[in-house]
Amino acid sequence: MEFLLVQALSGLASAASLFLVASGLSIIFGVMRIVNFAHGAFYMLGAYVAFTLTDRFAGPLGFWGGVLVASLVVAAVGALMEMVLLRRIYHAPELFQLLATFGVTLMVEDLVVLIWGSEDLMGPRAPGFTGAVSVFGRLVPSYDFLLIALGPLVLGLLWLLFHRTRWGVLVRAATQDREMVASLGVNQKWLFTSVFALGVFLAAFGGALQIPRTTVSHAMDLSIIVEVFVVVVIGGLGSVTGAFVAAILVSELNAFGILILPQISMITVFLVMAVVLVVRPYGLFGKPEGAPRAAAGISIRPWRPMTNLERSGVAAVVVVVALMPLFAGDYTLSVGSEILVYVLFAASLHFLMTVGGLSSFGHAAYFGLGAYGAALLVKYFGAPMEAALVIGPVLGLVGAVLFGWFCVRLSGVYFAMLTLAFAQITWSVAFQWVEVTGGDNGILGIWPSSWASTPQGFFWLALAIVVVCVAALRMLVFSPFGFGLRAARDSALRSEAIGINGKSTQWIAFIVAGTFAGIAGALFAFLKGSVFPETLGIPTSVDGLVMVLLGGIETVSGAVVGAVVYKALAIWLMSKTELSKLVLGGVIVLLVVAFPKGIVGFLEDLRHRRPKAPGGAGSEGAVDVAKVEAAR
Amino acid sequence: MKLEVSGLNSFYGQAHILFDVDFAVGEGEVVALLGRNGAGKSTSFRSVVGLVGQRTGKVMFEGEDVSRLPTYDIVRRGLGYVPEDRRIFTELTVEENFVVGRQAPRSGVATWTPERIYELFPNLGEMRRRPGGHMSGGEQQMLTIGRTLMGNPSLVLLDEPSEGLAPKIVEQMADAIMAMKREGLSIIISEQNLHFAKLISDRAYIIEKGRIRFSGTMADLEANPEIRDAYLAV
Ligand SMILES: Nc1ncnc2c1ncn2[C@@H]1O[C@H](COP(=O)(O)OP(=O)(O)OP(=O)(O)O)[C@@H](O)[C@H]1O
Ligand SMILES: [Mg+2]
Repeated sequence: MEFLLVQALSGLASAASLFLVASGLSIIFGVMRIVNFAHGAFYMLGAYVAFTLTDRFAGPLGFWGGVLVASLVVAAVGALMEMVLLRRIYHAPELFQLLATFGVTLMVEDLVVLIWGSEDLMGPRAPGFTGAVSVFGRLVPSYDFLLIALGPLVLGLLWLLFHRTRWGVLVRAATQDREMVASLGVNQKWLFTSVFALGVFLAAFGGALQIPRTTVSHAMDLSIIVEVFVVVVIGGLGSVTGAFVAAILVSELNAFGILILPQISMITVFLVMAVVLVVRPYGLFGKPEGAPRAAAGISIRPWRPMTNLERSGVAAVVVVVALMPLFAGDYTLSVGSEILVYVLFAASLHFLMTVGGLSSFGHAAYFGLGAYGAALLVKYFGAPMEAALVIGPVLGLVGAVLFGWFCVRLSGVYFAMLTLAFAQITWSVAFQWVEVTGGDNGILGIWPSSWASTPQGFFWLALAIVVVCVAALRMLVFSPFGFGLRAARDSALRSEAIGINGKSTQWIAFIVAGTFAGIAGALFAFLKGSVFPETLGIPTSVDGLVMVLLGGIETVSGAVVGAVVYKALAIWLMSKTELSKLVLGGVIVLLVVAFPKGIVGFLEDLRHRRPKAPGGAGSEGAVDVAKVEAAR
Repeated sequence: MKLEVSGLNSFYGQAHILFDVDFAVGEGEVVALLGRNGAGKSTSFRSVVGLVGQRTGKVMFEGEDVSRLPTYDIVRRGLGYVPEDRRIFTELTVEENFVVGRQAPRSGVATWTPERIYELFPNLGEMRRRPGGHMSGGEQQMLTIGRTLMGNPSLVLLDEPSEGLAPKIVEQMADAIMAMKREGLSIIISEQNLHFAKLISDRAYIIEKGRIRFSGTMADLEANPEIRDAYLAV
């Protein structure tokens, strides 16, 4: 009994930081509609800067002053990022902001190692809170009580800020209708910057407060960001109270999940989130999202099948690639095979995102399921490669059938988060069901048949499969089914009216995408000769997103180019520099700013320069200016 | 002239909506912009305050060209805008809606406080703490006008203030607009309801399919019923 109480107290103490970070994310999303992936990075920066300051200046003033100053410094960095980076891309599709903040996260991860080293750091204890309090004969750190009190205090202060100051009222108004706020004479530029700064401040404060409890490490950001996403989604995007309640819920689930279900402790939180989303699609305290930002600008150029000339061009490229094994070395070919696998993975996600209008953050689940499907067949049934390549992806299909049924009930960010949750659940199963999957040790010895065992042979195999699959996806886009999907994406209501069942259409798209990802995954297993839980992990999902967005979300097959560019760049950088994340992050940020429509979208714009702008000013420019102004 | 719009052309995507639209509002005048559904009234107003992305033409406000300025800047110069469909902040109380609209006093222009707006719209005074989402359509219309007045504008664009309101409320609305006029405000309203426009306006424009078809005093319009029949639904 006492033990349970102590466990509950420790959960509450963890909830404090989680709440701080999550409320910051929620506030930013509410007003700016930006899912700030860099939020975890700011949390980590808060901890590092606080470590340096409190290390330098001892004493209560040094500690508390250090924590506060660190949070302010990081908030200033956040404001700077908003001004120089985000302001440039407010008019881009929403996911681009996610991509940009992801790039920043990568950069911060390397910068942190560069500045503070890769060793974990032990911060000082909080002066005055170094001891422990005895609760029913068990010791609870007194600092935990401080944190437990801090949560409600911050909640109260935020409430006052949003209800008793003009700034807060403006923020709440902007959460509902930004254009109207501008129409009343409010300069949203500064409103956005200040909101972003406040959100980042809360994240950094949450991080700084952690230093007496845990070591400071350069993996802090990813470990918290997923949990924070979960909290924000359970609580309801944009709701601070929701973040508070959900932070407690999640922290207690963590604290007790370990005791009750140690085997699947990691899954419990995600299961709860999935249940909440299915029962309350906008989270516990959330409200239905306003209509998604007008898709104006998207698909100004209607999609069309390739012309014969273009087909010949593509065929020529395929032929040249197919000739590569005649002159390229083994290393190049194995890199080439890997890129091909990712081309298919990205193309399948692209299909779901563009045609289905569904942005999955957990597409790696189906990639990984395909890989595990193939690997398990080889390991337990001694299946040959040919059979495993055909049957393995079925596991991806089954996963997509099951998870997709739940996911397509949601849309927008909530859809993205539910896909993320399912991917994490799948990952947990692969990681923790050691008897079957080998857990962290993975499944080894998944080798191709002899005819495909040379780098040349495998490259040809991969090329053949990928070309056929990508072509099939493209044909689907222009099939009647594809038209139905696009109708469902563009106007849920209208398509229902003409007799298209949006949900089941999207579900089918989900299954198609999952199956093709599974095929890519099965290939991947044979390419690497092994499968590990990472194939299902968040970084793999994010890689897929980056490829799609880099290629261009408004294009039919941009993901192919995005995958080639991103994967080649990543592999090349990894071999060239220690700071590959810094460079890669920087490149992503630059690409986002330079090509807000993706690489292929940019090229298409070049080709289709619109002839004459109505009334003089460049029409493209005029549209952009207008959207920026509307965003102000 | 207080507001002078000339050669306005506006587009939504590829669709050309306004064609060389000209209109003007004099100091202290109440002008009506009349037209049927989809004629381009709202687009004209949205273009003036910079909410329509693709537009060309000149918008002179108090002698300055404001056509390239961002929306908030135009509004801060004293050009108030009341959108159609009201768009009040449903989560915010009446008082808080006013807080959003509040701007610094402007010299030479009436300064509005919540108290003065409650005098204009007594209904609002009885529900200061009520969230905007829990109000009737008429009350919301009053709130959206009051909210814009809090910015102490010298000219107000009122987009269909009588739309969807009960006759009694429409009368109240006309009284309020006349009171605003007496405060020295210049006003341009868009209307389909000729009867309502006649109650309050000095002059009128008729817009149809994005072009101005008629301009003159209300008396001119009275004298030419064929114009009215051609361009307005009666
Ligand atoms: N956001 C938009 N995108 C594309 N077309 C639009 C948009 N808004 C309005 N239109 C079109 O522009 C034209 C003018 O519309 P507008 O709203 O200005 O008319 P209105 O005179 O205000 O009509 P109402 O009396 O119905 O309010 C209409 O044909 C309408 O369909
Ligand atoms: Mg209108």
